[in-house]
Amino acid sequence: MKHLCSVDDLGGRAGIEQMLDLTDSFVEIQQRDIPKVPALRGKTVVSLFFEDSTRTRLSFETAAKRLSADTMTFTVGSSSVKKGESLLDTVQTVEAMGVDAIVVRHGAAGAAHRVASWAEASVVNGGDGRHEHPTQALLDAFTLRRHRGPSLDGCRVAIVGDIRNSRVARSNVKLFHELGCDLTLVGPPTLMPERLDGWPVSVSYNIDEVLPDVDVVYLLRIQRERIDQALFPTLREYANRWGLTAARAARMKPDTFVMHPGPMNRGVEIAAEVADSSRSLVTEQVANGVAVRMAVLWSLLGSGGPVV
Amino acid sequence: MSSAEVLVKGGRVLDQNGERAADVRVVDGLIAEVAAGLAPGAGATVLDAEGCVVTSGLVDIQVHFREPGREDAENVESGARAAALGGCTAVVCMPNTDPPLDDAAVVQAVLERGRRAACDVRVAGCITKGRAGSELAPLGELYDLGVRIFTDDGDCVADAGVMRRAFEYTRALPGAVVAQHAEDPALVRGGHMHEGAWSARLGIPGRPAEAESSIVARDIALARLTGGRYHLLHLSAGASATLVRAAKAEGLRVTAECTPQHLVLTDEACAQFDPVFKMNPPLREQAAVDALRAALLDGTIDAIATDHAPHAPETKDVPFEEAPPGMLGVETAFSVVYTTLVEPGLLTLAQAFAALSWNPARIAGLEAEHGGPIEVGRPAHLCVFDTTERWQVDGHRLASRSRNSPWEGWKLTGKVRHTLLRGAPTVRDGAATR
Repeated sequence: MKHLCSVDDLGGRAGIEQMLDLTDSFVEIQQRDIPKVPALRGKTVVSLFFEDSTRTRLSFETAAKRLSADTMTFTVGSSSVKKGESLLDTVQTVEAMGVDAIVVRHGAAGAAHRVASWAEASVVNGGDGRHEHPTQALLDAFTLRRHRGPSLDGCRVAIVGDIRNSRVARSNVKLFHELGCDLTLVGPPTLMPERLDGWPVSVSYNIDEVLPDVDVVYLLRIQRERIDQALFPTLREYANRWGLTAARAARMKPDTFVMHPGPMNRGVEIAAEVADSSRSLVTEQVANGVAVRMAVLWSLLGSGGPVV
Repeated sequence: MSSAEVLVKGGRVLDQNGERAADVRVVDGLIAEVAAGLAPGAGATVLDAEGCVVTSGLVDIQVHFREPGREDAENVESGARAAALGGCTAVVCMPNTDPPLDDAAVVQAVLERGRRAACDVRVAGCITKGRAGSELAPLGELYDLGVRIFTDDGDCVADAGVMRRAFEYTRALPGAVVAQHAEDPALVRGGHMHEGAWSARLGIPGRPAEAESSIVARDIALARLTGGRYHLLHLSAGASATLVRAAKAEGLRVTAECTPQHLVLTDEACAQFDPVFKMNPPLREQAAVDALRAALLDGTIDAIATDHAPHAPETKDVPFEEAPPGMLGVETAFSVVYTTLVEPGLLTLAQAFAALSWNPARIAGLEAEHGGPIEVGRPAHLCVFDTTERWQVDGHRLASRSRNSPWEGWKLTGKVRHTLLRGAPTVRDGAATR
């Protein structure tokens, strides 16, 4: 694997499982007194973030540092992009400084693919528009596997919310499907992809019909600007019809887990008491994000030898 | 004008009157003789057409030569040279320039630039001032300068009331036609590719086919209401073809064109996020390609125009969603149509030339000069195609100032050997002369 732009780059179920197995060893490293290994000493990882993101950027940078890589950060707010520099020039500039991996977050679908077509360095997609967020899908599967694993075959997952505009949904559908999960997309029709040809999913507009049967409810962030786009009327109506309220959570099986890629809108897609309940894997998802990204960077840049 | 004679020798002449082995003698820019076995006069230039088909020059009624405003991407000179290399003797430049062609002075300036060019350069004028969709541009003044096609081009005239008035007003301008880039802005806002399975998978916001067909349905209703003449630019949706077919059967004055790329490529081309495959209206699904081919065959689609849309490399070397829409086309149109439709037997060569030359000349009001037939006394706007030559598209070797060809790397059959504009070779043995 030269780049990780899409879940497709992971090499199907075997490649995904290999990455998740590798992640286990990095979780172990994180539990050490000194959670750092020299695996990527001398390598440089740059984060190119054209969109605001705290958790993904910090997660990648922490992962790189724990592997002893040098890190550079390039965010739009403080960069020459504001002076009109193009993405191509920015990539050429950071490459000229000598980097081994570029982590890209960008508001346009396919931005990571474009960067990969220009760059010598390995490219990791940290989220590209509505397209994909492959490391999020990996960390979600990793988290779920720790609770239901190692096999996720037949695990029933409902992904609820703004599927149409979600890169997390696109990556997670691919990756959960590869691992044998049974997927249902839930939300208003206006937030469903316009076409679902070839998507290995079923669709429901009624969350109450779906909740009693699923093993995992994966909630997506609902953005207020969708109201201006006439996609649903009000946040209150959304919460009432599709939000995971405490009352709805009470009707789920006792062992059904709740996941969310963050940041959460408490009171909209998820009630505060559900987010903080023992069903919720949300903080664990964040914690596992570092180990997953260590595994990804190691796979792209490592010698192939033991991790130590 | 010199009185020098040009003799196009050894080819097969193909025009509205059929196909026959014949040489074409040109004197003073006019066709002087069409017959087999002509001997060159003293001092005549002889152009070898052995093994070639000789036809009227192609007429591309939708090109963007970017002048004025983006001369770094293309200008009239480079665009016309590329067109001549593609076999064109006439082009119609779209008015989405900066400033737009909504003013007599700007139109005059572009026409002036065209006088020295390798093609007969005509322009389309705006329907509305600033292409803003509200007040009519000075249609009569532009008409008096020779403008026959009026369109706001990339900006669909969304206001039905304005469109109605344009249809009505142009009835006073014989030969004028209102042309539409039919995509309802409310349905395509924020969209960057065809809305379908691929856009959903790639996470790229879509532009549904219904954005086109709904405007086409409305515009046909307005043409019926007003008796106006309507031309649909780059028809891309199967449902639009159905509507145009019915409008023609009803006897309305409706014509349509489509591009080579919409006849061949699909939205799957966008799968690698390469903005070279981004255009408006977008590349659609295979069902649309099939419907367009059927519509071309049954005459619903009258013409093939390229929507030649050069963009400077730096504007395309960006993420898909940030790139401007548009593709090169004027230099490859014949070869693409020949390779993908004629050679496989889907279209006859005569049908191809009808769509590339004869019909568009009529739509643009150029039929007195361009688009054949090849008869004594007519202006010698001719093209000689070698239908056996194979070549590979290399953007760096195209004459356009830009390189955004969707056919990059394609191996094509059929190439222009000579193009004659008023009897003078603008392309000779495959090379541009001006």
